[in-house]
Amino acid sequence: MTVPRFWRKLKHRYNLLGTHCTTCDTYYYPPRKICPKCRRTGKIQSHQFKGEGKLLTYTIIQNPPEKITAQAPYVLGIVELDEGPRLTSQIICHPEEVEIGMRVQSVFRKIGEESAQGMIYYGTKFVKN
Amino acid sequence: MDSVGIVSYGVYIPRYRIKVDEIAETWGEDADSIRKGLWVFEKSVPDIDEDAVTIAVEAARNAIVRRDMDPLRIEAIYTGSESHPYVVKPTSTIVAEAIGATPSLTAADFEFACKAGTAAIQACMGLVGAGMIDLGLAIGSDVAQGAPGDALEYTAAAGGVAFIIGRNELIAEIKATYSLTTDMPDFWRRDGMPYPEHGGRFTGEPAYFKHIIGAAGGLMEKTSTTPKDYDYVVFHQPNGKFPMRAAATLGFTEEQLGPGFVVPHLGNTYSGSAMMGLAAVLDVAEPGESILMASFGSGAGSDAFEITVLDEIEELRGKAPSVSELLERPTYISYATYARHKGKMKI
Amino acid sequence: MREVAIIGVGCTMFTELWEISFRDLFVEAGLSAIEDAGVEGEAIDALYIGNMSAGRFIEQEHLASLIADYAGLASINTPSTRVEAACASGGLALRQAVLAVASGHHDIVIAGGGEKMTDVDTGDATDVLSAAADREWEGIMGATFPGLYAMIARLHMHRYHTTSEQLAQVAVKNHYNATMNPKAQYQRAITIENVLTSPMVADPLHLFDCSPMTDGAAAVILAPAEVAKKYTDTPVYIKATTQASSTISLHDREDITTLDATVAAAQRAFQTAGLTPRDVDLAEVHDCFTIAEILAIEDLGFFKKGEGGIATEEGLTAIGGEIPINTSGGLKACGHPVGATGIKQAVEVTEQLRGEAGKRQVDGAEIGLTHNVGGSGGTAIIHILQR
Repeated sequence: MTVPRFWRKLKHRYNLLGTHCTTCDTYYYPPRKICPKCRRTGKIQSHQFKGEGKLLTYTIIQNPPEKITAQAPYVLGIVELDEGPRLTSQIICHPEEVEIGMRVQSVFRKIGEESAQGMIYYGTKFVKN
Repeated sequence: MDSVGIVSYGVYIPRYRIKVDEIAETWGEDADSIRKGLWVFEKSVPDIDEDAVTIAVEAARNAIVRRDMDPLRIEAIYTGSESHPYVVKPTSTIVAEAIGATPSLTAADFEFACKAGTAAIQACMGLVGAGMIDLGLAIGSDVAQGAPGDALEYTAAAGGVAFIIGRNELIAEIKATYSLTTDMPDFWRRDGMPYPEHGGRFTGEPAYFKHIIGAAGGLMEKTSTTPKDYDYVVFHQPNGKFPMRAAATLGFTEEQLGPGFVVPHLGNTYSGSAMMGLAAVLDVAEPGESILMASFGSGAGSDAFEITVLDEIEELRGKAPSVSELLERPTYISYATYARHKGKMKI
Repeated sequence: MREVAIIGVGCTMFTELWEISFRDLFVEAGLSAIEDAGVEGEAIDALYIGNMSAGRFIEQEHLASLIADYAGLASINTPSTRVEAACASGGLALRQAVLAVASGHHDIVIAGGGEKMTDVDTGDATDVLSAAADREWEGIMGATFPGLYAMIARLHMHRYHTTSEQLAQVAVKNHYNATMNPKAQYQRAITIENVLTSPMVADPLHLFDCSPMTDGAAAVILAPAEVAKKYTDTPVYIKATTQASSTISLHDREDITTLDATVAAAQRAFQTAGLTPRDVDLAEVHDCFTIAEILAIEDLGFFKKGEGGIATEEGLTAIGGEIPINTSGGLKACGHPVGATGIKQAVEVTEQLRGEAGKRQVDGAEIGLTHNVGGSGGTAIIHILQR
């Protein structure tokens, strides 16, 4: 991912900053300019999520893609935040301890890097609560 | 000097630990004598995706959560570390963004070996005292590196502490500060080199002890106080023996050293070391009690502080993780895993 | 809108084709289809090309011109269009070609799909494919393609008690079918144990639960139904061509264990054709991973949600079973040159409906269905074909 592209959304990654459609009261993370339910009639506001939720599903990945800072085998999961939206994240916990439905909590970690000389990507991951 | 002090504080310690035994076994050394010589049993190790930046952010977030405050009030952020991941590009701006303090603030990174964090505290005190800012955030955060097989491996640890400095709503007042600084090549790292060089025994008497004892002594002279006037004393903790000896030399007791003495099960968190001891004391200190803290940074210098705990500290108890909570429930790892986490194996 | 028929099909070998270049793959498949249809090149009114990522695999864009040129059709300025919908690029090319003929705008049209994946190493190829997911919010967070489908599998197993053995049975069945397909990448049978002891890629998916990297291309020739018999005694009529979009990322999917794009496209297809799933005699579905086939046979309406695993285990989707699935060997065993798959599926169903499928023939096959998916379910394209 190129530098301007990462920079554009880094605030949203660091702080779980998404959006809220006040017309239908639906929350979105990642942020969306258009509410899929209301489309043009939706009034969109910025919203910062608390970072707590539960694990909907997961896998244990043996081969991390390049540039991702994770030590295989690592847990990748889909988290449903308490406010509603879902996101994909590494789940920091021992593969033997992970279970569907467990509570998770956000933490600030290194996600990856462009290269040893390149930009470091920081962002939000989740740990078992 | 106007009444300036600590408004809140936050701590972060990664959950992995490696025991002295594990390191000693790798290098064929005697764990028992190392433990006795250093008075350190285990040290903290960062996860593979943790670094001085992520640790600084977590400590800062804990400081904000403890107080439940508006981060936009923070108008200066200074992070001190000897393991900033970028040599050029500040840690403090990443912290600023990650705590929601941008854009109306000043920021910079500090470096002065293990006293970079306390130097940041002094800078914030100045800005706050001069009325230039509302609140300042001073952080000491490190993922310290010791070369494989070097004595420093036993103690070089990871952790971070953040102090929010302000003028009102204080939980502790910083009544005075005094620093001793000389040009002293006891420990350094050249640009591009992965591990530091140090002078062995040279880092003791002429470096650590001269500066800490000089700064602490100088502070007491400046404030007309003696060791008896303090309930707690906190020193920089490169190992267990040095702070115990400094305390004895200055005339402090083991009881005064006790609560802030965190190194045996944590290791030396470098820029966060003395600050971690101070945080551990604040976790338990009662209103009205008095603390002397003296950091030490190789190069060399010591910043000493006279701190008085205020009533408001009781309201903030338990609002964020304490040092002892973070030291509980460690996850022990092997040397191999440790080497992977610390990037010691170059591929 | 007039009815459309397939009057010719062609397909290259699906495997690592070191000797054959990207453009030559298309030419080979195209020539084969043209000869099968017995048309002249000049009769072709338009080309539709399906390809996912030549830009990253071989640093080549503007495929519309490239393929028209090397097919000898640029010399007569034949219009050419390249379409992309990740792994559904082939199905999309077919649909666009069908619409072009149905609308009356063009008469004889060729739809081709192909991918050249082996000129880059596996690590790079894997990264190219991961662009079918959301780079910003899935890829950068460490999600690999097998990882995404593995998360679907894990939840499907949690909710419906689908087992690893049932997933493995999909691979076993498809490899068995491929032993009878001379074009398939893997033509040897495997066992459930082979699958379960193969290295874990993303728990619970093993290596043998995942479709391979393949080179290949396929093509079909379309004509208006009313003139199809001029070209062939066995035209195959397109009774429905439907398409549906869904969220690009898996985490935004309403039900992680259902591809709602498949459900929507299938409902539209059966409605258009005036048919039900029970009327279908065989189907080529999108088994990029074994779990994907299980989802497909549920979402297409062949089996109830959650019962895809059991149906597979009981042999209901084998040749000779209630609804033979992936007689070609599917993506798993026939191979998955990404852009080619959607077209190859139509080739397989056409040959089955013509009675030309050799040892893997489904007896009395009259109605077939193709199901092509992009990414983790962001696009689904369905065609219903009838003799």
